[in-house]
Amino acid sequence: MNHGQSPSAPVYDDAPVRGFALAAVLWGVVGMAVGVFIAAQLAWPELAGGIPWLSYGRLRPLHTNAVIFAFGGCALFATSYHVVQRTCQARLFAPALARFSFWGWQAVIVAAAVSLPLGYTQGKEYAELEWPIDVLIALVWISYAIVFFGTIGRRRVRHIFVANWFFGAFILAVALLHIVNSAAIPAGLTKSYSAYAGVQDAMVQWWYGHNAVGFFLTAGFLGMMYYYIPKQAERPVYSYRLSIVHFWALIFTYMWAGPHHLHYTALPDWAQSVGMVFSLILLAPSWGGMLNGVMTLNGAWHKLREDPILKFLIVSLSFYGMSTFEGPMMSIKTVNALSHYTDWTIGHVHSGALGWVGLVSMGSLYYLIPRMFGRTKMHSVAAIDLHFWLATVGIVLYIAAMWIAGVMQGLMWRAVNPDGTLVYTFVESVKATYPFYIVRFAGGLLYLGGMLVMAWNVAKTVAGARTEPGRLEPLPAAA
Amino acid sequence: MDVLFLLIPLSVLAMLAVLCVFAWALHGGQFEDLEAEGERILAAEGGPLDVHQAGARPAPEQSMRPDSTSTRRSA
Repeated sequence: MNHGQSPSAPVYDDAPVRGFALAAVLWGVVGMAVGVFIAAQLAWPELAGGIPWLSYGRLRPLHTNAVIFAFGGCALFATSYHVVQRTCQARLFAPALARFSFWGWQAVIVAAAVSLPLGYTQGKEYAELEWPIDVLIALVWISYAIVFFGTIGRRRVRHIFVANWFFGAFILAVALLHIVNSAAIPAGLTKSYSAYAGVQDAMVQWWYGHNAVGFFLTAGFLGMMYYYIPKQAERPVYSYRLSIVHFWALIFTYMWAGPHHLHYTALPDWAQSVGMVFSLILLAPSWGGMLNGVMTLNGAWHKLREDPILKFLIVSLSFYGMSTFEGPMMSIKTVNALSHYTDWTIGHVHSGALGWVGLVSMGSLYYLIPRMFGRTKMHSVAAIDLHFWLATVGIVLYIAAMWIAGVMQGLMWRAVNPDGTLVYTFVESVKATYPFYIVRFAGGLLYLGGMLVMAWNVAKTVAGARTEPGRLEPLPAAA
Repeated sequence: MDVLFLLIPLSVLAMLAVLCVFAWALHGGQFEDLEAEGERILAAEGGPLDVHQAGARPAPEQSMRPDSTSTRRSA
């Protein structure tokens, strides 16, 4: 299919966009369902009935991998392939590699879904997958980089749109992080040993983990935000100049904040303090970007009342602002002494994951999917609204429960009697957390319910589509 | 903490690389007329191209989207 290469008419290559968009919805349902199941296990530990591959320890990494890399990853692939073509006015570079990135990524996801419940793991958080899968991830990621930067290379607009800078930084940084952190010595096909040992391994792991949050879960989704909010609002971003400042400030600051994950550990004290200071500095670019996105609606706030897709996108930014305020606060060592190892951290992560990453992806997919299937809007706009409210109420229940539980746990663990003994045993704090685990489960259930509404809506939209999925766009009659 | 001798130089190198890209963007004209760039994506097919590419202006996307005559937001 070379005839799309005619220099006067870009015929966009949207088959990978369609595939990734639908995969994102499917894996979103799966990943969130696993999350709800393990949330229920925390309240009712006997739920798995002693079946090892349903145990919490094996399903928890499956949940994180499924929601971050399968749901979030597919949403990022779909939107970046869409945005880079539209803003560069160029067809995807190396379409065969783009298709390999789709099938390769799906193979990674299926391999994770099989190997993690079976208990094969490298034991590194958010990097659990064993080395053969890591090799496949690296191959997929390199293909992704070639397709993305190749498309930028053949752009017909001199200016590179800001969303592409965010997507590009995300792709390059994740390649670097993945390759350094996954360095391991194989000991057979299903077992390997990390190339680093002890606290060295912990530091590499959190250099990876922190920057994965910064570049995968933040920069990539900011790329979505800077394209889909202006498109959906039909207004240019509040200050395009500020969006450029946001990008460079975030990129220069983020990499130095990682040690805040290792406060009060064997990590040198100066490294912890550097991490804390840079975490506090990060507040400035984060809030600059958040306000820039929200203020895009300045003068057109009424759209927020009528348009459920804009509700998703704008509320996602308010959660971005909330969690990028909470994060620097939690990185202050005295606050961290209370919050670390408690459920407050879980609440913080989910305010970012459910609120920011989840909602901005869903909003972008609601914009993208009908257009990718030859329709002007989703099958049911009322269902988008329903999804928005289910998701928002679910998030609020979830994070409020985890905040209260976390602060309570931190206070109970540090309480000492006048004679220096602990006031509470650990199990007393577990017992006190029980009602909050049930509230969290209910919040997760609502969020999953919203995702199921989305899956139904997407299925109906695609069923009524006029563009066959997986097929190239029809050519223009006359170029 | 020997690993800091890997991570810190690696991060410094990464920052230097970022600085080089920033210098390229700055001197390569990426930041000229920024507000117009923010509005370009809103036009149905991205609006007018730079003078540098004026000869290669693509046909509007309308011709290739099955339903795009019914909406201007098809891109």
